[in-house]
Amino acid sequence: MASHHLKVPKTIKLFIGGEFPRTESGRSFPVVRHGTDAHFAHLCRASRKDFRNAVAAAKAALASWERRTAYNRAQILYRMAEMCEGKRDEFAEVLCYTQGLSNDAAQKAVDAAIDAFVYYAGYADKYQQVIGNLNPVSGPHLCFTAAEPVGVVAALFDENSTLDEITAGLSAIICSGNTVVALLPGVTGTLLAPLAEVFATSDLPKGVVNLLTGDVSELAPQFGSHMEVQAVSVQTKNEALLAELKIAGAENLKRVAPPMQTNLGLNNILQFVEYKTVWHPVGY
Amino acid sequence: MLVKRAKAALNIETPTPSARPVTLSFEYAPSLESADIVKLKPRYGLYIDGKMVEPSSGRYFPTVNPATEAVLTEIAEATEKDVDRAVQAARKAYEKVWSKLSGRERGRYLFRIARIIQERAREFAVLETLDNGKPIRESRDIDIPLVAAHFFYHAGWADKLQDAFPGREISSLGVVGQVIPWNFPLLMAAWKIAPALACGNTVVLKPAETTPLTALLLTEVFEEAGLPPGVVNIVTGAGATGAALVSHPDVDKVAFTGSTEVGKEILEATAKTNKKLTLELGGKSAHIVFEDAALDQAVEGVVNGIYFNQGHVCCAGSRLLLEESIAETFIEKLKKRIDKIRVGNPLDKNTDIGAINSKREFEKIQRLVALGKEEGGEFYEPAGTVLPAKGYFHKPCFFANVSSSFTLSRIEIFGPVLTISTFRTPQEAIMKANDTSYGLAAGIWSEKGSKIQKVASALKAGVIWANTYNKFDPSAPFGGYFESGFGREGGRHGLLPYLEEK
Repeated sequence: MASHHLKVPKTIKLFIGGEFPRTESGRSFPVVRHGTDAHFAHLCRASRKDFRNAVAAAKAALASWERRTAYNRAQILYRMAEMCEGKRDEFAEVLCYTQGLSNDAAQKAVDAAIDAFVYYAGYADKYQQVIGNLNPVSGPHLCFTAAEPVGVVAALFDENSTLDEITAGLSAIICSGNTVVALLPGVTGTLLAPLAEVFATSDLPKGVVNLLTGDVSELAPQFGSHMEVQAVSVQTKNEALLAELKIAGAENLKRVAPPMQTNLGLNNILQFVEYKTVWHPVGY
Repeated sequence: MLVKRAKAALNIETPTPSARPVTLSFEYAPSLESADIVKLKPRYGLYIDGKMVEPSSGRYFPTVNPATEAVLTEIAEATEKDVDRAVQAARKAYEKVWSKLSGRERGRYLFRIARIIQERAREFAVLETLDNGKPIRESRDIDIPLVAAHFFYHAGWADKLQDAFPGREISSLGVVGQVIPWNFPLLMAAWKIAPALACGNTVVLKPAETTPLTALLLTEVFEEAGLPPGVVNIVTGAGATGAALVSHPDVDKVAFTGSTEVGKEILEATAKTNKKLTLELGGKSAHIVFEDAALDQAVEGVVNGIYFNQGHVCCAGSRLLLEESIAETFIEKLKKRIDKIRVGNPLDKNTDIGAINSKREFEKIQRLVALGKEEGGEFYEPAGTVLPAKGYFHKPCFFANVSSSFTLSRIEIFGPVLTISTFRTPQEAIMKANDTSYGLAAGIWSEKGSKIQKVASALKAGVIWANTYNKFDPSAPFGGYFESGFGREGGRHGLLPYLEEK
């Protein structure tokens, strides 16, 4: 007997503090299947208030996350790769429907997204060894410099950001111990549901990753001006927007990082760390 | 009732504590880890080219549970011919498969191995305790978690080697021959295999003849992880097998952990070749306690430093140096503390000191303790500790008032035997600590940070622990100065011995 199952489509909401709320504003925007007029989903158009809530969640999660051992963070990032592998087909389907990728291309995008989780899992307990060092100061002091996370990072992706750029950008930020609020604008917002489910099922503390969907031009100024945000990752090639964010961020000397040159690289981590130099006397 | 049944099942005599004037006493109840999780085969072959094969000699030798003296199973004895087969398999795997994989792909296998070890952790821990004699508490909480951590950590390096050494053109070496000791059987296998594979080499590993079982179980993990055949080969046997491996002409690099004596032989055997070599050898590490130390914590640290793993630790803090002003108090505290150490069935979760790994080692320790008594050290061992009737068990003990001319102060005992002497100034402590041909590790206890740094900078040892001891982590390089060997394992520096600069 033929099945008459009517598909139950997934409602895509926001991901804030480990929960899946709708935008408090009640606003949404439609996304169609690529190259057609066919409806795919309504995405939340997150508001300033949603952003502020997400920053509060990220700030609250920071203390726990940055104090985890590097090994623990590494294992949690690796777990994300495992979870992503399990949701491979869901990711691929979203990419095919909303970005018009062939199934082959979509599967490759998922491969690359998984690679990014694994790559930064490997770096969580290594970046400090590559960038930190002992300083041979002239005098009886032990002096060393170690890298530390900057704190809460806001990540602004582009409407054309690929899945692997998103997982690489987020992993690079959190692997050192930062927490993040990310905006997946426009159609990339359709990836929020499976991505958030990866984060929610990887033993990642709630609030380390917060995901919003909506409009870049509406939320970018908030990204720049929020005083609890220490750095902004700008993954859009819009030069004017980058400049605008730098100006808005000047108030609290926000670090504004330009788009990644490549998905996988130490530099993507070092954009979001501070260097702490410790002096200690040597003598009886 | 439960206790009684457990005792009966175990057939191990439970020590009865000596009568002490206490107002409140709790009866001791054993808490036994079940050995059911381990399924041993009647005999084990050699792991060559991804398959378990019979040794060409047809000879097998037994491996014994040192806590019961019962034979666990039989192990193949690899001959020169078998070693050659294993090296050929490793060479083929290197050339055809492993050296052609990207770092990312090599890392992927290592991550899988780490995960499977985590999943089978308890099985490995119990097997390690059965074959080695170490307390289950240590194999479960220290050895096996560190094994998984080592694979996990090095997995992450595989695609980042260029970042580790920027601006240098580096490559793998080829086939690596590795020989490891019996004190941390699987952990030493992980320390050897993980960096070798991460850096793109293939491996022939020889576990110690008295503790080969966890390395053989690890081959199942390789299978489950889909590791290509020949990338890791395991040949079991005694000294002759090891000698055949390190002197095999097609081995590009030799890594050895074990005694300084054998290390020197390997150095000679490889002298006329271009083989790269790392040696992690013995030690006679000093443990310095200053008068401004937190004494109770220092007592714990000293106990952990020497009695951890029955004292079978190359970096054991075996020479305690006490500042004169606190020596008497400290020794009294130490006596009280070691009176409470539980020696016995390694599968009991309450056990602090398990069985000495082999009869040979047991007799060596007994010989050296007798020698220490002859030389005139003030000997102390807990009077109330009752040892099981069967198995190789040794009480924790120490010799006070020992001078540096004593044999006991100079040679590595590799057992639960501590020597104690005193000093008056930091300079004297440093001089005494450095008065050894070894240089593996040292410990410093003081609440004054600057003093710790000053003393640490003056000590000639590869690892210095301050206000702690016997801490290990895959990200922290480990290795010795002088006759404790050369090369480092772990951390960024531990990658270098498995790479060459073009």
